[in-house]
Amino acid sequence: MAIKDLPVEECYIPGCAACPGCPATMALRVVYKALGRNTVKIIPACCTAVIESLHPHTSFDIPTMNIAFEAAAAGASGVEAGFRMQGKTDITVVAWAGDGGTYDIGIQALSGALERNTNFIYICYNNEIYSNTGIQRSGATPYGAWTTTTVTGKTEFRKEMGEIIQAHHIPYAAQTCIAYPEDLFKKLQKAKSIHGPKYVEIMAPCPPGWRFPMEKTVEMGTMAVETGAWALYEVENDKVTFNGRSKLILEGKIERKPIEDWIKYQGRFRHLFKPKKDIKRIKAIEDHIDQMWERYRKCYQ
Amino acid sequence: MSEVMIDTGNYIAAKAAVLCKPDVVAAYPITPQTTLVEGIAKYLATGEYKGEYICVESEHSAMAACIGASATGVRTFTGTSSHGLLLMHEMLHWASLARLPVIMCNINRVVGPGWNIWADENDSISQRDTGWIQFYCSSNQEIFDTVIQSFKLGEHEKISLPVMISYNAFILSHTSMPVYLTDQKDVDAFLPKRKPKWKLDPDNPITFGNIILPAEYEKVRFDMQKSHEYAKKLIPEISKEWKQRFGRYHGDLLEFYKCDGADYILLSMGAIGAESKVAVDNLRKEGLKVGLARVRCFRPFPREEIQKLSKKAGLIVIDRNISPGMEGALFTEVKASLYGYTDAKVYGFIAGLGGKDVPFGDIEKMCKKVVNSKAKHLEWFGLKGV
Ligand SMILES: Cc1ncc(C[n+]2csc(CCOP(=O)(O)OP(=O)(O)O)c2C)c(N)n1
Ligand code: SF4
Repeated sequence: MAIKDLPVEECYIPGCAACPGCPATMALRVVYKALGRNTVKIIPACCTAVIESLHPHTSFDIPTMNIAFEAAAAGASGVEAGFRMQGKTDITVVAWAGDGGTYDIGIQALSGALERNTNFIYICYNNEIYSNTGIQRSGATPYGAWTTTTVTGKTEFRKEMGEIIQAHHIPYAAQTCIAYPEDLFKKLQKAKSIHGPKYVEIMAPCPPGWRFPMEKTVEMGTMAVETGAWALYEVENDKVTFNGRSKLILEGKIERKPIEDWIKYQGRFRHLFKPKKDIKRIKAIEDHIDQMWERYRKCYQ
Repeated sequence: MSEVMIDTGNYIAAKAAVLCKPDVVAAYPITPQTTLVEGIAKYLATGEYKGEYICVESEHSAMAACIGASATGVRTFTGTSSHGLLLMHEMLHWASLARLPVIMCNINRVVGPGWNIWADENDSISQRDTGWIQFYCSSNQEIFDTVIQSFKLGEHEKISLPVMISYNAFILSHTSMPVYLTDQKDVDAFLPKRKPKWKLDPDNPITFGNIILPAEYEKVRFDMQKSHEYAKKLIPEISKEWKQRFGRYHGDLLEFYKCDGADYILLSMGAIGAESKVAVDNLRKEGLKVGLARVRCFRPFPREEIQKLSKKAGLIVIDRNISPGMEGALFTEVKASLYGYTDAKVYGFIAGLGGKDVPFGDIEKMCKKVVNSKAKHLEWFGLKGV
């Protein structure tokens, strides 16, 4: 499948207020194409709550309800139950949240909805920060990255949401990236076809948050995968399959690129290169990724 | 003659809720609410309750789930108490601003620390400004009737607001009383099908709750205020209809008891409201002209009716809550209602905090203090050792 094979119909209509080069917008277009019009979306506080346009206008042509920051998954449980009681079981219920609303404040409600077997797709677009509030650290922010609350670089590593999700043993979970729209499309279509709770996380490089030029969003996404900082995989009933580049990395068929190739283009890591190269911290990032892949190989190969 | 059920406030509330056939119930335990959701779980097991029963992982999620379900156009119910209600706070605002008529029982319980599970109204009083309609019940029969009436009220197209039915911990939640039930077919005839103000519907895609500018937001608040004002008219109509259909009546926004010719009128809520009736009977026997206006509905607040009362009598207010740095909330509201209307005397008592018992004898003492001109403007009744 190629991009040109994606459905032409757009549910993302004009009026969007996102920054140029916004990964959330890019992802949403594909999400809508994959899920179709018979979809209802719940969004908590995040950038999307801004980019959806001002009341009484909207840039979404599918029904959308905003909900509180930590409440997307619980709200989705209610929406799904409400539709089921009306016999409307063909509607796809989607919660769409940022990494802050997923890794941090919303993790309880998310875990609850997965455990309760809510029949919905939870999508996290992971831009590795709280960007709505102006670039603060989240549990998904990588070690060493500048944010307005980690001024000299974050001192902790991000949590492995994928592993936390897998501990719920849901029927379908996947990691994908905005740079691979076909991968995103296929994973969402698969998620749609499966009953029960589904989790899809999308790596979403954010130009203002990561400090790179707006035309580089896709490239930043590609490099996240090629350096192994982010892995493309899916988990169906506990069976893990790596996809694309990530599969080749896992199988040792290609080397992952050095992390420097990715972070040196992002202003959020500038202090690791200027005024002097911070070899220790760059190595710490590299080592952490190595450990991650070692773990992946041990568990999934 | 209708069937009588002898049971606790919580089981009675569960029965009433199930008779209203909510499509979705969200359940999370907290003492002293737990037996309410357990009661519904039993009805689910027997098949008497046929809706969805979502066992959420917190009260915040309970309200979020009710909001989500209600947004699809269906009927929703939940229950909570004290810390659970406080955890919901954000979502209480969300439900009312989204104009979703979630119906909820709140069992009035002390807020910690320290941990204390007895009756105290600070939990729901501190949710006063969330936009919810708030009832306070004083008997299990009133709980039963008010739960059913609340669905009609909250879901009315000119209201579209969530309703909280509060009743005191243990004194009502865990005390068995005989209650006349209403048959399923009669509840069905009384409750119309919900016609939602808006809903999530793929055939009519709308975006709800996105960014709204000040001038538009102000209208949302104004509309909410209008609905609260309208509820002041509708509550008496619903009470009247209930009385005509089933012969039971607990008052409108206020319940008046022996107010004719009274020199002083007592205003109280919840279980103290029930106890106040006994106190009034005894005081009347002693020749003291005291009546009772029990506050059933705290939001919307019965301002106009209280103004009328103040023309005839001095007012005595008992609060089982305190707004630290000020006074009891009911006391404040009563006085605010009278401003510029009368200069009637109003006396306030704080009583029963932390679940302390407030028997009718104490209420009589409070009233006598006022009648005998020994009362201060505000007193913490029976406070010792400070
Ligand atoms: C309870 C609560 N706390 C804080 C906020 C403020 N807030 C709104 S969005 C946001 C960050 C969202 O971050 P994320 O989920 O990563 O989404 P993004 O903004 O990156 O799209 C915060 C902190 C809020 N709306 N509600
Ligand atoms: S800050 Fe980032 S995620 Fe948010 S709208 Fe801008 S580009 Fe998109």
